Amino acid sequence: MHASLRFMTAAVAAASLSAGAAQAADAVKVGLLTTLSGPGAALGIDIRDGFELAVKQAGGTLGGLKADVIVADDQLSPDAAKQTADRLLKRDRVDFMTGIVFSNIMLAVGQPVFQSKTFYISANAGPSQYAGAQCNPYFFSASYQNDTMDEAAGKVVQDRGFKKVALIAPNYPAGKDHLAGFKRFYKGEIVMEDYTQLNQLDYGAELSKLRASQADAVFIFLPGGLGVNFIKQFVGAGLNQNMKLFAPGFSGDEDVIRAVGEPMLGLFNTSQWAHDMDNAANKRFVADFEKAYGRLPTMYASQGYDAARLIDGAVRKVNGNLKDKDALRKALESAPFESVRGAFRFDANHYPIQDYYLREVVKDAQGRVTNKLVGRVLENHADAYVGECKMPS
Amino acid sequence: MAHSPQHESPGLLDHALRARSAVPLLVLLILLPFAALALDEGFYIGVASRILIFALAATSLNLILGFGGMVSFGHAAFVGMGAYTVGILMQSGIASAWIAWPAALLVGGLFAFVIGLVSLRTQGVYFIMITLAFAQMLFYLMVSLKQYGGEDGLPLATRSDPGLGLDLSDDVQFYFVVLAICAGVFVCLARLLNARFGHVLQAIRENETRMAALGFAVYRHKLIAFTLAGAIAGLAGALLANQSSFVSPSLLQWSQSGILLVMVILGGVGHLYGGLAGAAAFLLIEEIVSSYTIHWQFGLGALLLAVVLLAPNGLMSLVRRRGAP
Amino acid sequence: MSGILLLEQLLNSLQFGLMLFLLAAGLTLVFGIMDLINLAHGSLYMIGAYLVATIAAASGSFWIGLAGGVAASAVLGAVLECTVVRRLYQRDHLSQVLGTFALLLMANEGVRMIWGSQPLMMPMPAGLSGPVELLPGFSYPAYRLLIIGAGLAVALLLYVLVTRTRLGMQVRAGASNREMAQAMGADVRRLFTLLFAFGAALCAVAGGMLGPLLAVQVGMGESILILAFVVIVIGGIGSIRGALVGALLVGLVDTAGRTVVPMLFELLMGPAAADNAGPAVASILIYVLMAAVLFWKPRGLFPARG
Repeated sequence: MHASLRFMTAAVAAASLSAGAAQAADAVKVGLLTTLSGPGAALGIDIRDGFELAVKQAGGTLGGLKADVIVADDQLSPDAAKQTADRLLKRDRVDFMTGIVFSNIMLAVGQPVFQSKTFYISANAGPSQYAGAQCNPYFFSASYQNDTMDEAAGKVVQDRGFKKVALIAPNYPAGKDHLAGFKRFYKGEIVMEDYTQLNQLDYGAELSKLRASQADAVFIFLPGGLGVNFIKQFVGAGLNQNMKLFAPGFSGDEDVIRAVGEPMLGLFNTSQWAHDMDNAANKRFVADFEKAYGRLPTMYASQGYDAARLIDGAVRKVNGNLKDKDALRKALESAPFESVRGAFRFDANHYPIQDYYLREVVKDAQGRVTNKLVGRVLENHADAYVGECKMPS
Repeated sequence: MAHSPQHESPGLLDHALRARSAVPLLVLLILLPFAALALDEGFYIGVASRILIFALAATSLNLILGFGGMVSFGHAAFVGMGAYTVGILMQSGIASAWIAWPAALLVGGLFAFVIGLVSLRTQGVYFIMITLAFAQMLFYLMVSLKQYGGEDGLPLATRSDPGLGLDLSDDVQFYFVVLAICAGVFVCLARLLNARFGHVLQAIRENETRMAALGFAVYRHKLIAFTLAGAIAGLAGALLANQSSFVSPSLLQWSQSGILLVMVILGGVGHLYGGLAGAAAFLLIEEIVSSYTIHWQFGLGALLLAVVLLAPNGLMSLVRRRGAP
Repeated sequence: MSGILLLEQLLNSLQFGLMLFLLAAGLTLVFGIMDLINLAHGSLYMIGAYLVATIAAASGSFWIGLAGGVAASAVLGAVLECTVVRRLYQRDHLSQVLGTFALLLMANEGVRMIWGSQPLMMPMPAGLSGPVELLPGFSYPAYRLLIIGAGLAVALLLYVLVTRTRLGMQVRAGASNREMAQAMGADVRRLFTLLFAFGAALCAVAGGMLGPLLAVQVGMGESILILAFVVIVIGGIGSIRGALVGALLVGLVDTAGRTVVPMLFELLMGPAAADNAGPAVASILIYVLMAAVLFWKPRGLFPARG
């Protein structure tokens, strides 16, 4: 009678809850593995803060489901990163992974993530391997491919008529990618090409070589703390009086500016985003970020934010059914979100096709040293490796 | 290095592998994966494999440190070279465990032989520094070899293939293979320590001059022990490469050698189960405390400090004090 | 290779070597006199740097920061010695390794808990962030010159202390024969505390001075600790003179390894091979130097004992 009916209803309810496959999940778990210690810490912290801001704006949800974001530190060690990724995949069973800053960590962690059929949404690392020959359906970049910003910088240096250029980058996959990208668009003479250690903080040796090379422009790829130290030592050695310094966005972003200050005025850098970009999503992002964290966001924060919004849009599109990987992938590919950089769409290799701009470090109206958007360098630019990608289905 | 009164070395003859303690332990280890699966915590089977592998490496260090009195600060290099053997062979297309693992054993032993040949001529802190120096040289060598990944390391496409219908990508099967190997090596080492070679080695640790005066080939015994320890470390390295499916130069760094030393000292220098106890304690504390707080290293440090100040001869000395006659 | 490049490299190696000396001096005294292997010595360097950076930021002056940080480090060193380190003197070296390693872990994590995991940026003292023209056409960063000056000043101070004061005499006696020094009436407990605190102060000077140049971050002590051990083995355990010579040698080899050797390789083997082999050879060279010195002088260059 009533008791048995109640029991039956409860039993049916319990059975349907555990039915699994076609049911919507009740929470979406995201593993945010990023660099939270060491010289690259500022970048990882920004990605984390940007990502968490998006989740907070949506009331602690992503795509309508409660969001469980597990933050972990990769300590800038491929070893530690692999172990932590293992734990996130096998013990915590995350639905998405994101957050990695450095490409060498990405390459160490990628395979197990893809093999476990977990989607990786990159909030920064954009190795050429995953854009070309090793492209994978489970990899999506909400940021950029490593070479593109340098390609833009190369075009700027070429267009501005510099004849003797020196190049400096750390000795790891992204470092080589970045300088290769620059050389793709700069056709003049390269008087020096130096690769430093990834943890190197003292650039005395490189600065001596730089002085001896008599270059008229220097292009550096030295993210985060590496760039801070280099620029301080570069200006300290007086080299900025004879050589113009160019960099891709990360060496000219807010974190570096905060640490170096006025010696950075006049630095040119290229990026797919600037905090003074004029669109609704960006204005909301920058305002909320400043209010929540008391500082201007870097491009890392904007990428973390966009990664969260991409996940949000895709999960919403599949109605929370995270088990159907095919449907989820198609949803991700359609890029159902409003990026803070304006128009955003994916290429066949899941990297974005987007515009790249020139920024200059100046003093703004409020007297702050910050980036100013100067102009567009490349429009609807795709990366150089998409042709090599034969995306397996 | 003089032994101060508080540090007593265990007697030369009491390292028998007693069945009454060994068998329950083995049974426990065999049942472990089933318990983990029942609790739906399959992840911890991987953790257990890792502990066993480090126990193997620590035990090999204990052989020369605890029983031979040689403080080697470069032991991790042999583990690393064994790991790289597997990685490099895998990259060249050789995935068979029957080739790769014995090769790792040989490589570890070979490097230990060469390094031991030179280092064992020195004593005390100079021996420590020379072994450290050699390990660092190997570390920087592997960092510079870009074709094997250099500083970024070398991912392994799959785990080694042992044939016999086994698939090591299954964590449970891998665990049992590791357990079998570790148990086998452990039993062999126990027999060695209770045989003449083991007695001579420990006597050398106690008083080298006297042993030389008695006519024992001191240098030869130490070199054999050092080489053997290096070979076992190489084997541990091969298993480690499989467990993480990844090899990187950081495996050879001095800090890793330091961690191995700490494991042995923590577990009990010169105790048969010293390596196992130390590795288990160290890694379990790391695993458990890190799930509560990201500041787990502080807790680990505090615990280690407590052990140094309160249990001067390592954890195993506490067990012995309570149990053994 | 121009003369200016060579001069610049020489000055760089001098700067690095002198800072390394500050660490090695404390380490060799502690090891030589107290027979203590201290793996936490690098942590004292790290904590020293953090204290200097914090006080400098709070007071707005680099110099106040340096003075305050060094004083605070000395106090911390003394406290550490009285509470924990003292119990390790009678123990064998292995227990010391374990104990000081534990301190290293706690120091790293403690710093992370207090200051966070992001590196601290320390601004250079005002007026010293630019270059100074030493010779026509050759400018060298003023701040690095300051470091060289400070390093030489401390070396001189140590020389005066060790050779001209009663305390220094006790230290030298203790280094060569501890039991005899005790028998002659040196107050060993007080001496040891003083020594440990002094070592911590030296580390703080090095950490504070290098702070604006490098980054003040967790784990910064580990890499330099290994070099410090190499230096004292080369120089001879217990000898400050040995620490100075050893540090300068290591500084020279390290700098040469990072500049001259890659150039040589590039000449001989081409840029691709130089890229790969260069950094590795530079790092290995220091250990080869140590092995070479030990081969020729098994107890180091200036052994304090016997």
